[in-house]
Amino acid sequence: MPKLKSLEELQKLRQQLQGDIKARTETSTTITVGMGTCGIAAGARETMHAILAELEARNIDAHVTTVGCIGMCSREPLVDIQQGDEPRVTYGNITPAIVPRLIEEHLIQGNVVDEWVVGRVAGGG
Amino acid sequence: MAERYRADVLVSCLHDRVPDLMPALEAEVKRRGLEGEIKVVEAGCRGFCSMGPVLLIQPDGIFYIGVQPADVPELVEETLVKGRIVERLTYKEPTTHARIPHYGDIPFHAKQMRIVLRHCGLVNPESVEEYIAVGGYQALGKVLTSMSPEEIIEEVKKSGLRGRGGAGFSTGRKWEAGRKAEGEIKYVLVNGDEGDPNCFMDRALMEADPHSILEGLIIGAYVVGAHQGFIYIPYEHTRAVRSVKNAVEQAREYGLLGEDILGSGFDFDVELRLGAHSFVGGESTALMHAIEGKVSEPRPKHVHTTEKGLWGRPSCLNNVKTLNIVPEIINRGAEWFASIGTETSKGTQVFSLAGKINNVGLAEAPMGITVRELVFDVGGGVPEGREFKAIQIGGPSGGFIPASLLDMPMDYETLAEAGSMMGTGGVVVIDDRTCVVDTARYFLNFLRDESCGKCTSCREGIRRMLEILTRITEGQGEMADLETLETLGRVVQAVSMCGLGKTAPNPVLSGLRYFHDEYVAHIVDHKCPAGVCKALIEYYIIEDKCTGCGLCRRKCPQEAISGEKKEPHVIDPALCIKCGICSDVCKFDAVGVR
Repeated sequence: MPKLKSLEELQKLRQQLQGDIKARTETSTTITVGMGTCGIAAGARETMHAILAELEARNIDAHVTTVGCIGMCSREPLVDIQQGDEPRVTYGNITPAIVPRLIEEHLIQGNVVDEWVVGRVAGGG
Repeated sequence: MAERYRADVLVSCLHDRVPDLMPALEAEVKRRGLEGEIKVVEAGCRGFCSMGPVLLIQPDGIFYIGVQPADVPELVEETLVKGRIVERLTYKEPTTHARIPHYGDIPFHAKQMRIVLRHCGLVNPESVEEYIAVGGYQALGKVLTSMSPEEIIEEVKKSGLRGRGGAGFSTGRKWEAGRKAEGEIKYVLVNGDEGDPNCFMDRALMEADPHSILEGLIIGAYVVGAHQGFIYIPYEHTRAVRSVKNAVEQAREYGLLGEDILGSGFDFDVELRLGAHSFVGGESTALMHAIEGKVSEPRPKHVHTTEKGLWGRPSCLNNVKTLNIVPEIINRGAEWFASIGTETSKGTQVFSLAGKINNVGLAEAPMGITVRELVFDVGGGVPEGREFKAIQIGGPSGGFIPASLLDMPMDYETLAEAGSMMGTGGVVVIDDRTCVVDTARYFLNFLRDESCGKCTSCREGIRRMLEILTRITEGQGEMADLETLETLGRVVQAVSMCGLGKTAPNPVLSGLRYFHDEYVAHIVDHKCPAGVCKALIEYYIIEDKCTGCGLCRRKCPQEAISGEKKEPHVIDPALCIKCGICSDVCKFDAVGVR
């Protein structure tokens, strides 16, 4: 590997490497994918892979975690997005194909995609 | 290039106990097709040694203890695939028995403040990339590009950092002396020879976060103007040796060691020196003798090692924890560090908790934490509902701090005033079933073996004190012995050359100070109140409690117990060797000691 020749090179390397430990560092955004049997059957794993790929491609700082069934099996795959103290937004029927638009609208533009919303929980919950 | 994982499984406190766990986890993650999505990392000591192997699953902070390979399929299925907690693997609070699934909520963790152990259990010690990702070597870059050695000395002085090897000398002043020392060739040295029998923080740190030590060392070298360093580690600490060796190689590959570090024009490299482990070997001059290939014995220090040390050249020796703290002071500022701790003792102290305490392991807390907070809040209290008697702090030559001083804040000065010392922060908790005389005898026995024998006061003084203590535990003591112990102790303290002799009488003198009655009970009443000293106790069966189950009768190696089925048994004192097996096996607490 190339030797580091300056502090700038070290800082650049650090930025590149930070993704490696993303899951261990603080972030204000958490994306939660429903991964009960119902979610998995409806393709939640593929959805989650699409989310991970999209975050990577756009270099977005967010955690992705999984939860069990929350009882709305008919609308799986369910995806929650929580940003800071904003209300937590639950989206239904999130297929891999629509993941890029969801990420673009919600995380980059900051607009909730109303047509896919199935519920909201206020105040950091 | 970086890869995005959605969860990291950080495995700690393996201690080579469960070699199959890592392969089992990796295989299961692969089998479930979770590769590239879940990363499994072996991440060094988390301090929760008694609970190992432990798993921390990030970003959720789910914490599992005592994980075995057989638990892996369920754990991966439930937690990593489905996001559910496996209740039976979670931590159980020793007093309330409540299950605590998240790491941050466990009192042992929540009550700590981690500066020295900041990366332990969070980064992979074998990966310089992970260390750089969490901000490693930034402090080095900062000092090499924008700070003069004098500015760094000022900063370290202002922080109030004191050497963490035990003596607590100001690091800023040591570095200043090193900087001012004249000589073309100077050395910086790392002391990784941890000698206290119940301490393992230095070893744990070398295993879990070697790069932080290395970064502090390179900064120290830049300050004093050294181009060559040596890291001394006991040969027996194989994992620490492996970890530090690997770190040095990685740092070289990235140009963080060698010529023209980060383009600054500063050259520095380091070599490992391995030696046989000994208690006195951690003393600065003894350690330098060992690096030179001589017998590791101390020498008088009227000429400081910062002027004439290794091979007669100016040498600056620091403990691994001291060096590990330096980058954090550079990054976060001297004011930040100085705001933690007490008036005279800044920052945090790593304590190793051992003896009669629930949470055996390593814990870090601000200087000035009280004995009560450390033992009961962080340590989880005394097991089996026994009564807290004292802590013995500072390693084998530390003194006792009794229950009456539970609310004493611990720093270098208060502990010294109380007849003990901070030392390296080794804490042994003793309860009402531990004898103070016997414990002092145990430590003096250790110190007698470890004394290098150079000073008569230490070599002979410890030996004589040990003889007297042994006599007292055997019921042969006289009241005049207490005065002799006191006098001998003062002489050994005053006359011995190095720290070993100067502190060795602590366990005896502090015992006489706080537990005088217990000594008198041994001598005058021929009784050991804690029921430990064999010559002074007798096992007997409590008739009311004995159910006549016969378990003790069958287990007794001397056949000293007799009795009919379902009738109270009796112990024949003439045959009894006081091994205590009957007391251990009895399910009804029917075996007493008097």
